[in-house]
Amino acid sequence: MAPQVHIKGSIRRHLITMLLIGAALLAVLLYFVVQSVARQIAQESQDNILAASATAILDNAAVIDGEIMIDLPYSAFSMLGDVSDERVYYAIRLNDEFLSGYEDLTPIRSNGRSPRTFGSMDFRGEEIRTASLQRPIFLGAKSGTLDVTVAQTMDGQRKKLARFSLMSLMIGFSFFLLTALLAAVAARSATRPMHRLAASVSRRGPGDLRPVEAPVPAEMAPLVSSLNSFMQRLKHSLAESEEFIAEAAHRVRTPLAVVRTRAETTLRRVEKPENRQTVREMIRAIDESSRSAGQLLDHAMVTFRADHLEPKDIDLPALVIDLVESLKPLSELRDVELKVGALEPSQIAGDGILIQNAVRNVIDNAIKYCGQEGRVDVSVLRQGEHVQLVVEDNGPGFPDDPEQNLLKRYARGENVAGIVGSGLGLTIVDQVVRAHGGTLDYSNKTGGGACVTLSFPSC
Amino acid sequence: MRFLLIEDNVELGRAIVERLSLDGHVVDQAESLADARDHCATADYDLILLDIMLPDGDGRTFLAEHRARENATPVIVLTARSEVSDRVGVLDLGADDYIVKPFDFAEFEARCRAVLRRRGGVAGNRVTRGDLTFDTLAGTLHVGGDDIQLRNRELRLFEIFVNSPGQIFSKSKLVDRLFSYDEDVSENAIEVYVGRLRKHLTRSSANIVTVRGLGYKLEV
Repeated sequence: MAPQVHIKGSIRRHLITMLLIGAALLAVLLYFVVQSVARQIAQESQDNILAASATAILDNAAVIDGEIMIDLPYSAFSMLGDVSDERVYYAIRLNDEFLSGYEDLTPIRSNGRSPRTFGSMDFRGEEIRTASLQRPIFLGAKSGTLDVTVAQTMDGQRKKLARFSLMSLMIGFSFFLLTALLAAVAARSATRPMHRLAASVSRRGPGDLRPVEAPVPAEMAPLVSSLNSFMQRLKHSLAESEEFIAEAAHRVRTPLAVVRTRAETTLRRVEKPENRQTVREMIRAIDESSRSAGQLLDHAMVTFRADHLEPKDIDLPALVIDLVESLKPLSELRDVELKVGALEPSQIAGDGILIQNAVRNVIDNAIKYCGQEGRVDVSVLRQGEHVQLVVEDNGPGFPDDPEQNLLKRYARGENVAGIVGSGLGLTIVDQVVRAHGGTLDYSNKTGGGACVTLSFPSC
Repeated sequence: MRFLLIEDNVELGRAIVERLSLDGHVVDQAESLADARDHCATADYDLILLDIMLPDGDGRTFLAEHRARENATPVIVLTARSEVSDRVGVLDLGADDYIVKPFDFAEFEARCRAVLRRRGGVAGNRVTRGDLTFDTLAGTLHVGGDDIQLRNRELRLFEIFVNSPGQIFSKSKLVDRLFSYDEDVSENAIEVYVGRLRKHLTRSSANIVTVRGLGYKLEV
């Protein structure tokens, strides 16, 4: 089971949020900028038209016989746009003396330098924009300054501005949408190398501890390099523990071999019955300890390999033939007939070393416990989706006590007194079988004898 | 038989040599791969016993060389490792068999016998005593024109008698050599096997006789 991963935040979500906030701010800014520029441009164009209109009136002012004649040109008002939309006012004054137009429309006085001044004001309850132009005029005694003020209501202007507003709102909003889309794409592509790395690491087999070599973005380099160095260390310590298992076996077994060989030689020379008995017991004790050491190491090895299972296709019948061949001398020693029964062609996925170890343990047990001149039959059968390896003997079988679980560590049947064993054999077998998704069953045959069945899923 | 034992542990080597000598075998001991190569170059062996971890290299290197030289002498690997991959590895490299230390000499002999049988035997695996011929490898007894196939324990028991005709063996000694030490058998079990051998020998002039209070011996 993979340990639980604590999740806090998401880089992608964070990235998207930040980009969206940025996009929203920019969109609002864009909206205001566009609106203010539009307002300014509209104002300027209105001012220009008002000024042009006032200029046209001024240009038409003529002095005839010392009198000012002003013929209001039609164009002066038509250029102000659709008259039905807007109301246009004007006032003409000479030296502040009202001549024509709307008397209450007062000109805006600037500091006097520029001949044109513009302004906004309330006039008859409406906001208007006015432009005032002055021109000196020579009338003899009445010489002075002719002042023309043209004003226009701002309804049309306001409508135009509202249109601009809407447009800039739309521009801002589409800008926001576009940026959001880009943010999502950017976030996805920014996190893609991470997903790719995660996928490539989780796709690996449990024993695959090679460093990650695919190129990664610079930001991920520290992560990948510490991952690589972690795997390096793991590989090293795995190799060390494997080495340790082998080394321990060597250290324990070689001195035991010396003692056992010496004891056997001694037994051949000793004549006195009580001395013979002592040496015999010594040999038994040595056998017991070497078998236990072997099985403890097997147990460690099996645990180690089962944790790092790398399944390969195994030809079970071929494996059985090899094992039976190699165990034959052992069975012959006890005059036990070890035979291969039915071998139905079948393949399973697993670790060959573990499967071999398990099957060897089961056959070994059968040879050991089946008694004088017994028979052991090994067969491989296909049962639907499963492959069964069956080891049968004609010995005393398993003890009847249903309470006793022989698969537990160091558990031994009650009817095996006098036979050397560690009680780890079936535990190891069970461990191997379960690591391969199979089951171990042991039972007694009706006609007598034990029957051990290992079932594996076939492949 | 003539063995070459390649084992760097001096004590274990000496113990094995001593034990094999008891059965009348000749054993040369090499403590390194270099030693072993010298021995192989100067003498012919019936069987080579090879340890894996040696001071000047891996026993598997020797094995590969040995096979490359097309030397037909069978090799049994002695390994202290329990890991099966090791065993599989040496068989792939051309070892005839392997045995895990510490080993039971009965099992060891059984493996030697099986290996030599597969290889077609060695000179002198036939022993003639009086009117009977005994093939120690095949386990056959040739008496009066008949071949009798002995079972393993009968074979080993008969081998003990045949190798030392006239010598008296006590039941207790025979039990030790016939049964593995983890089996609880009474000395009377020997009587069964002696009985069977006697039945096989009815047509021969040789016989296994009981020496009251002492044991059995083969009379030719």
